[in-house]
Amino acid sequence: MSDQAAATRTPPSSKLLELDDVTLRFGGVTALDGVSFHISEGEILGLIGPNGAGKTTAFNVMTGVYRPTSGHVRLDGEPLGKLKRFEITKLGIARTFQNIRLFPEMTAVENVMVGADARHRTSVVGALVRSPRHRQEEREGREKALELLEFVGIRDRANAAARNLPYGYQRRLEIARALATEPRLLCLDEPAAGFNPAEKAQLLELIRKIRDRGYTVLLIEHDMRLVMGVTERIVVLEFGRKIAEGPPSEVRENPAVVAAYLGEPTSAA
Amino acid sequence: MNTLSLQRLWESATGPIRASYRGLSDRSRFAAKIVGFLLVAALLYSLPLWEPPLITTPASDWPTVLFNVGVFALAALGLNIVVGMAGLLDLGYIGFYAVGAYSVAVFASPNSELASEFPWLVCVPIAIGLTMLAGVMLGTPTLRLRGDYLAIVTLGFGEIVRLTAVNSEFLGGSRGITEIPHPPGVRPSGKPLFGVLDASPYYWLVLTLIFITMVLVRNLDHSRVGRAWVAIREDEDAAELMGVPTFRFKLWAFAMGAAIGGLAGATFAGKPAFVNPQSFPVLISILILAAVVLGGAGNRVGVIVGAVIVAYMPERFREFAEYRFLAFGLILVIVMIFRPQGLIPNRRRAVELEDRKKEAEVTSV
Repeated sequence: MSDQAAATRTPPSSKLLELDDVTLRFGGVTALDGVSFHISEGEILGLIGPNGAGKTTAFNVMTGVYRPTSGHVRLDGEPLGKLKRFEITKLGIARTFQNIRLFPEMTAVENVMVGADARHRTSVVGALVRSPRHRQEEREGREKALELLEFVGIRDRANAAARNLPYGYQRRLEIARALATEPRLLCLDEPAAGFNPAEKAQLLELIRKIRDRGYTVLLIEHDMRLVMGVTERIVVLEFGRKIAEGPPSEVRENPAVVAAYLGEPTSAA
Repeated sequence: MNTLSLQRLWESATGPIRASYRGLSDRSRFAAKIVGFLLVAALLYSLPLWEPPLITTPASDWPTVLFNVGVFALAALGLNIVVGMAGLLDLGYIGFYAVGAYSVAVFASPNSELASEFPWLVCVPIAIGLTMLAGVMLGTPTLRLRGDYLAIVTLGFGEIVRLTAVNSEFLGGSRGITEIPHPPGVRPSGKPLFGVLDASPYYWLVLTLIFITMVLVRNLDHSRVGRAWVAIREDEDAAELMGVPTFRFKLWAFAMGAAIGGLAGATFAGKPAFVNPQSFPVLISILILAAVVLGGAGNRVGVIVGAVIVAYMPERFREFAEYRFLAFGLILVIVMIFRPQGLIPNRRRAVELEDRKKEAEVTSV
């Protein structure tokens, strides 16, 4: 009976994050136009589309950088509404940036510890007098940060300033920092941008490892092959509208998607 | 001679010391640090007792100069939190310093309308509390602004505090407030420890406060609070998206910076025994900021060194009368050309190199 109850509960709760008819306008420009899709718990969802399709904008709406003009973003069925950005992070949405945005003067491990601090509760006074909680959280935060650096494969440069890290390391460091906030949904914004094929293959491996750890992943990616290789489901945006959704094999054959990426047959002629 | 060769000179000069330091065990290193600290502390505490050749100030009372430099360094430590760590440009820092000084004056001086029975010692925590409140009051509406806009608003704040003092009767108007009590204490001879003739005890007091403040600020630096401040300085939007409540931490930076500025002001007010609005011109805000930038924003020791240079140089060259500011300005320009990142730049580079060596040791075992 409890199994049955769980089964009936599953459909709503399996929608970890849901965009419901989200429209976002900047003055006369409609960046997102009635976009609806959802991300299920434990899956890797690919979000693709040509340049300027609204992928990063969709990200920004989910993480609270922009508020939708109309429509709702729901996490576990609860609308994000007017929550502040750091509150949304604490609810469990973490992200990386298309253009790397680390804290350049801080070391790699400190960058990750900033993420871990999202779960810490030491007060300013506690830090001032080095309270027991402060010491414990510092120790745990550092261990967690080092463990995550190990996980993404850059442990060897833990104490290097972020700005001195090679490009590939910086991308991985962003992922480690986002994971440190203990997200339920990890949003990766073109994590493979600027990678060569070998590095892309390694990144693919890392994304799978992340999923296997139980994280839900939303992946924005330009490289179709990368998306096809790692995602179970793909949402395609074009000009702020959703034009397709489905498993990679289906999406690849979808005429609208082909047209979006390769141009309309009529106009191409 | 460029920066690089200066650095090489420094490294070759200190190389043997650092090499033998690195060869020590963890416990001996700790002991070496303690001994080093005690030597520096002993030297600093003994400064007013002997007049060191070259650095002594023939034209001004040496202990008084030391005290003034100390107060300035304390204020610079506070501004360093706001500007160096959190990256918020505050041009009105003198305002907090003034609030601290006036708080002590108003509550402790028998000449003030709000005179209380509180001695100096009780008024200092009150002054710190009031300046923190002033920091929060200034920060709440203005910390939504960024960069240049914040700088302009804070510049206005410094002036507002001064003009309020000029125009408020209970603050003594432009005459100021006199007969502020000195800090407590009695000499073995029965005379008060903090008197009028000998400024040495005042210097020891402010030196002690600097040490305590440095420990507390260090604790903040090595905590989620310090990380949040640096993260805000480096990329405020990214920090917020990584779960840092940026507004709250910026407000804390203002409050902590203000508290230390208020402490500096309150300490200052205890010596001359009077305050008036002319003691708090905008120029001092700029000079404290110069000390922070000159010494190396974000680095506590660097900031102190910067403060010592900025506050001490004009006193040392007092005999050159008007030309002393020329020499002072020249030194500022030269430092900024050769060390644009400050005399002692951010700690993190040093930490990085040190740790890499440690890692190499660990992995080779």
